[in-house]
Amino acid sequence: MSSSRLDPWVDAYAQRTAEMQASEIRALFAVASRPEVVSLAGGMPFVQALSMDMMAETVSRLLLERGAVALQYGSGQGDVVLREQILEVMADVQVSAHPDDIVVTTGSQMALDLVTRVFCDPGDVVLVEAPSYVGALGVFRAYECDVIHVAMDEQGLNPAALEEAIAALAAQGRSAKMLYTIPSFHNPAGVTQSQPRRAEILQLAQRAGILVLEDDPYGLLGFDGEAPAAIRAHDEEGVIYLGSFSKTIASGLRVGWAVAPHGVREKLVLAAESAVLCPSNYSQLTISEYLATQPWREQIKTYRELYRERRDALLESLEQLMPQGTTWTTPAGGFYSWVTLPEGLDAKAMLPRAVAALVAYVPGTGFYVDGSGHEHMRLSYCYPEPDRIREGVRRLAGVIEGELEIAHTFGTSSTLRTSSGTNVPGPDLQ
Amino acid sequence: MTSYLVLSGGLSPERDVSLRSGRRVAEALRTSSDAEVIEADVDSSLIDVLRRHRPDCVVPLLHGAAGEDGALRDVLTSLGLPFVGATGAAARLAFDKPVAKTLLATAGVSTPAVLAIPHAMFRELGAAGVLTGIREFLGLPIMVKPTSGGSALGASIVRSAEDFPSAMVGAFAYSDVAMMEQYIDGTEVAVSVLETAEGTVALPAVEIVPESGIYDYKSRYTAGTTEFFVPARLSDELAAECARIAVLAHEVLGLRDWSRTDLIIDAAGTPWFLETNAAPGMTETSLFPQALQAAGLGLGEIANALVRRAAARG
Repeated sequence: MSSSRLDPWVDAYAQRTAEMQASEIRALFAVASRPEVVSLAGGMPFVQALSMDMMAETVSRLLLERGAVALQYGSGQGDVVLREQILEVMADVQVSAHPDDIVVTTGSQMALDLVTRVFCDPGDVVLVEAPSYVGALGVFRAYECDVIHVAMDEQGLNPAALEEAIAALAAQGRSAKMLYTIPSFHNPAGVTQSQPRRAEILQLAQRAGILVLEDDPYGLLGFDGEAPAAIRAHDEEGVIYLGSFSKTIASGLRVGWAVAPHGVREKLVLAAESAVLCPSNYSQLTISEYLATQPWREQIKTYRELYRERRDALLESLEQLMPQGTTWTTPAGGFYSWVTLPEGLDAKAMLPRAVAALVAYVPGTGFYVDGSGHEHMRLSYCYPEPDRIREGVRRLAGVIEGELEIAHTFGTSSTLRTSSGTNVPGPDLQ
Repeated sequence: MTSYLVLSGGLSPERDVSLRSGRRVAEALRTSSDAEVIEADVDSSLIDVLRRHRPDCVVPLLHGAAGEDGALRDVLTSLGLPFVGATGAAARLAFDKPVAKTLLATAGVSTPAVLAIPHAMFRELGAAGVLTGIREFLGLPIMVKPTSGGSALGASIVRSAEDFPSAMVGAFAYSDVAMMEQYIDGTEVAVSVLETAEGTVALPAVEIVPESGIYDYKSRYTAGTTEFFVPARLSDELAAECARIAVLAHEVLGLRDWSRTDLIIDAAGTPWFLETNAAPGMTETSLFPQALQAAGLGLGEIANALVRRAAARG
């Protein structure tokens, strides 16, 4: 007789890996990748809208003219020309800085990791919106932060709730290290902070000595008028701003950046070098070449129009088809709408039925660290064509109606006893 | 050139498990034979793929509906393609857990008392009254599961009356019919069965000891969260009885080539039949490959023998 746990290292893992387990919900997302399923789950940008001829030309020119540089190691802080170009991009959200203030990263996800690594010891408090971006929650958990959610409303993070959270911590003799916020076209909530509200939030953070970590991947993807001014536009010392080319050019190139005060930036560069030596030179120079030679503002406009059309398809269908008691946010940009189900329904418990009906979404629970959010789901409209979105909402409405019937039959909220584990899809789900 | 086609994926919630099983078996076939091994998903292109390649044998490794309910096997039969594993008719019997239990009970095997009721019946009669009756009939705790499907998806143990409605909702998330089963506390073992030239044999039983106490999806597919003992820590007599039941289940259900029977042995040493899988999992953490290894057999060697046997059977 022999005994095995099928993993000889099972007792050697760090405690922080305890949540890295198989989950039924992840298994369902494997089905969502099939073409029959209308996936309103993933957050993949519609990069097909890029001209591939133009990209091929850009890459080809880069390799022919600067191949030896593109294929070589680069600076840990990132390519200096690209950093200058990033200043031009950020001007649209009214962020001004010096190229030396910028650290180029492998997507803004890496910047999130670096900032947390540099600032947070285990147990440090990070304030986040309720709900918040799952990728950020994963980073904060990995560094063993104490994540506290702060309520939002239709204008984003609620300053009164923030003030209350800060006061509650102070009453315990504690304080928050960081406030992580996505002010524009929030993932997953789909709402945007008004400018007065941004000022109020910044003031509260300044007064409490809390660093603001502003994540702005969707800032240029607003559907109406100018891009909202970033919080960083009003404070150079108290805000670290994260930007990304993933949604505005191409997510596959994995190029993002952080804008940080001088002292912080020095540490971020050292942390970046220890993590990856340097961000990909090839990707950086591809972006740089693209920005220098192609009409990138026109491309962003194309993306905006495309996503606006899809947002409209989603909202119109929700309006026409959703059962009474279902509500949702109206995004003015970005990729997502946040849906609240009729009372008693549980989006996580309902997902198997939805996948069987060939439609997928992300249950709200993935966007909270404390297991709440059962009554919510995130719907993403960035990838499917408008007709597929309409079909997806039609299927989803049928699933919700069926679930209402089951909940009515059993007179209960439909909480499925799923085990813990990851409840969101990987980044490659459509 | 000889060619084999491994079918995995599909649209069931066990798609991911199936894909991993499929990749593993395909790789084992490639390394142990000169045959061309094609991997295919079940989608609208499948019939074209099957007609174009006309494989000498198909290995269906789909889990859940369409893979284990017999439907796809009937399609393969209609196309005249040999395949490894049970016929459609036999797979259907095994896939419907209450039906399989009835057949095994008739054959003299201990099976937990089971009731199978669709959602529509609860709706028509009123759930509260029906649940009370079930609770009084079976007694707590009660195991609630979808009648079909695997990997413990939608399954839960009801230990109090308050938990019952949400457990039912959990099961109905995966199936229109739920089964409520007398809960047997004991040692969980899985006995894999293999048909060989020498006859139908049971492989060493695998004893399952999940860290959490429940062999749920997480415990099944997260390496390290379950301890396995192979062979199971059973007396020779009990091991032989478990083997007998597994072979009997394979035969009573009319299965072919391979299967895996799940049993629970109670404190008195009685093995209770839970279910038999016509398409056992073949992932890194699955039970069938562990049983093969304990028997000194390689997955490639066995897969090869089975495809040759199926191809010869036509």
